[in-house]
Amino acid sequence: MSAERHEYDVIVLGTGGSGLRAAIAAAEAGARTAVVCKCLLGKAHTVMAEGGVAASLGNVDPADGWETHFQDTMFGGKYLNNWRMAELHAREAPDRVQELERWGAVFDRTPERKMSQRAFGGHTYRRLVHIGDRTGLELIRTLQDKAVHSGIDVFMETIVTRLVKDGDRVTGMFGYHYATGAQVAFACRSLVLATGGGGRIWRVTSNSQDCTADGHALAYEAGADMVDMEFVQFHPTGMVWPPGVAGLLVTEAVRGEGGILRNSEGERFMERYDPKRMELSTRDVVARSIYTEVKEGRGSPHGGVFLDVSHLDPAYVKMRLPSMYDQFYELAGVDITKGPMEIGPTCHYFMGGIRVDAETGQTIVPGLFATGECSGGMNGANRLGGNSLSDLLVFGRRAGTSAAQAASDAPAPRLPEAELALAAAELGGFLTGDGLTGPAEDPYRLHRELQTVMGDGVGIFRDEAGLETAIGRLHELEARAANLRAPSARLDYNPGWRLCREVRNMITVSLQIARAALMRAESRGAHSRLDHPRYDDYWSEHNILICGDGGEMTLEARPVVTSDELTELVEARQEAERV
Amino acid sequence: MSTDGAQTPIADQTGEATTRTLHIWRGDLTDGGLVEFEVETAPGMVVLDAVLEVQRSQAPDLAVRWNCKAAKCGSCSAEVNGRPSLMCKTRLDHLPEGEPITVEPLHAFPVIRDLVTDVSWNYEVNKKIAPFTPKPDADWLIGQEDADRMSEFRKCIECFMCQDVCHILRNHRMHDRYFGPRFLIRLASLEMHPLDDLDRIDQISGEAGIALCNITKCCTEVCPEGIHITDNAIIPLKERVVDRRFDPLFRLLHRRPR
Repeated sequence: MSAERHEYDVIVLGTGGSGLRAAIAAAEAGARTAVVCKCLLGKAHTVMAEGGVAASLGNVDPADGWETHFQDTMFGGKYLNNWRMAELHAREAPDRVQELERWGAVFDRTPERKMSQRAFGGHTYRRLVHIGDRTGLELIRTLQDKAVHSGIDVFMETIVTRLVKDGDRVTGMFGYHYATGAQVAFACRSLVLATGGGGRIWRVTSNSQDCTADGHALAYEAGADMVDMEFVQFHPTGMVWPPGVAGLLVTEAVRGEGGILRNSEGERFMERYDPKRMELSTRDVVARSIYTEVKEGRGSPHGGVFLDVSHLDPAYVKMRLPSMYDQFYELAGVDITKGPMEIGPTCHYFMGGIRVDAETGQTIVPGLFATGECSGGMNGANRLGGNSLSDLLVFGRRAGTSAAQAASDAPAPRLPEAELALAAAELGGFLTGDGLTGPAEDPYRLHRELQTVMGDGVGIFRDEAGLETAIGRLHELEARAANLRAPSARLDYNPGWRLCREVRNMITVSLQIARAALMRAESRGAHSRLDHPRYDDYWSEHNILICGDGGEMTLEARPVVTSDELTELVEARQEAERV
Repeated sequence: MSTDGAQTPIADQTGEATTRTLHIWRGDLTDGGLVEFEVETAPGMVVLDAVLEVQRSQAPDLAVRWNCKAAKCGSCSAEVNGRPSLMCKTRLDHLPEGEPITVEPLHAFPVIRDLVTDVSWNYEVNKKIAPFTPKPDADWLIGQEDADRMSEFRKCIECFMCQDVCHILRNHRMHDRYFGPRFLIRLASLEMHPLDDLDRIDQISGEAGIALCNITKCCTEVCPEGIHITDNAIIPLKERVVDRRFDPLFRLLHRRPR
């Protein structure tokens, strides 16, 4: 087989925050490192993050500390988080943010000229380090500039369609260059997946085009197991109008800065759902409240509710929320300093993902690591805003360092020809139609149908009948996906070709989400069952693991990973919430 | 139980659907030209929506680069009616009614195919800029004014439209002698960082070629982030270069050379 080949100690798939942070750590540890990404460098979905990065520096509220951040994260995750991950995250986030500043990141300041910190949903103290409402861009640009001076090779616009194994061990991956269609094989001693989430499974989403759950599916096919897949975060505030931008994120910082939610009757409806935290309740609660208001007929003209900052000083709004001001002015023709925004829930983030070891990011498959949104465990049933950017930094670094260490002990990677041939046949089949067993399926159409199935049956509110219907329809889509074929046979820049494999990935992951959602017969965090509206004692202590290993998908409930040393902190918080 | 319901937007009840004509450039380095397409419009539709609709329904091999569709990643830069624009931020109803909309690739870079250009030169230029290098005794106290000054330049989403419109690159093709506005603002953000220890003036006046800029401000006009590239970055940097030339003491006393 004649594909272009490369070999490295460590390869990172994905160049968002966690991928870049992992690559920097691996290179610093002395590994020959490359990053591979679908987009251009610096354009991954992390650029979309707006509000900030959570770290208990205590610059604004000196009482803050890692213990409170840990407790907030556990409470937000409804205690399903991997305790050790939540602990490491809370303990290490301050160092990671300070390190970022030392690499040239610029954040907003306090009067004492320290990094400023803002309030956010579910955080006890003002904790989010930020720069205006474009913190993700600051993070990715800083990491990008650090990475290009770290001796890391970058493969941009390269699509990976399969992981390659030699026996039990992942030894590389196979894909092609989007611009030419030329096949490429990568061999490595350690592979780090940092592919982000899969928001494109839903029609209304804040996610970029690239977010098609590739890493989730690739790892699952290679034998990794998944955790918490039923928990998908619907961000409470996405744009609802005009249609072309439906789903586009409206940062939580709007509420952090004092934005008020109202229904069509002018009521500040959060009083009914969470009078204590109001607009700054956790995202799961606010999203459900908005959904309920709309369902009960108190929505805005375009099917959302109103979010208002017009009572704030216009100059302050433009200074603190500049991109929101632009976004509404340009795209919706609304001046948010004068009138309210129309917003509604939008698919935003996967709490669930590839199950990894807390310390190292190692999956159960030798040679395979995962970090960032594509990994699971850190956020439990619901993620707090601001915890994603800190998660990327903390666990990106850990995965990169561990991958480099593991690489130094790993055998020279071998890519079995039979595996490569299989991968090449799948990729070629999408283009030529070779191996099809029925009429060709159009990837655009199948993607639309998938979005309809998931929107209908596996959205914010779920029930048994709806989930069972969705699972049946997903199996039908899965069967039809065997006959996916690109509408054009061109090799260069062929979007339909690329979408074929992405649709397969999304269908696989949709099944995981729907089946886990059916199994969890309770409501918790981002998972709301109309037929089981309350917490369940058994499920309060169990995560759902999903394993396939090339065959049938199996689900298993397993006790949450706890830690004796943290019991006191957790119980103190549970007690405080009861009062 | 549908969740689409909460968000399914209700289209404006303005009557029957209208269509718009697009003239999209198709081709590669060897040959190309404008090709006409018709698309049905929806309220608030942007150029990228129209291009993707063409791709989905009429020209499945139409090459276009995009990702966030929220004016934050800077992938979908193109020339719309001759003006560098983010396709995801350009509303159809803000373009002259009744006239076809032309969509072409950026001119300052080699075209790969259709609307996609090879922007790799920019990544090569970026590598030539030494990273932020903090002073050994930095106290990490920074004022908001300094943060604001640097932040304006760090808002850049690397859409490269300033590079596209800059006549030094676009018309004179002096890619080997000039870094372009994008990387002058990057240099400005570093040069104006109160804790950066490197002397960057030699690079700014040397290989970055700041003297080539004759302040036509075309870059500022097309910046989707509203960065005052010329006034706040290039002109102050030019002044620093000039100050250096006439003040030999500065050379001796200022920061260590890189």
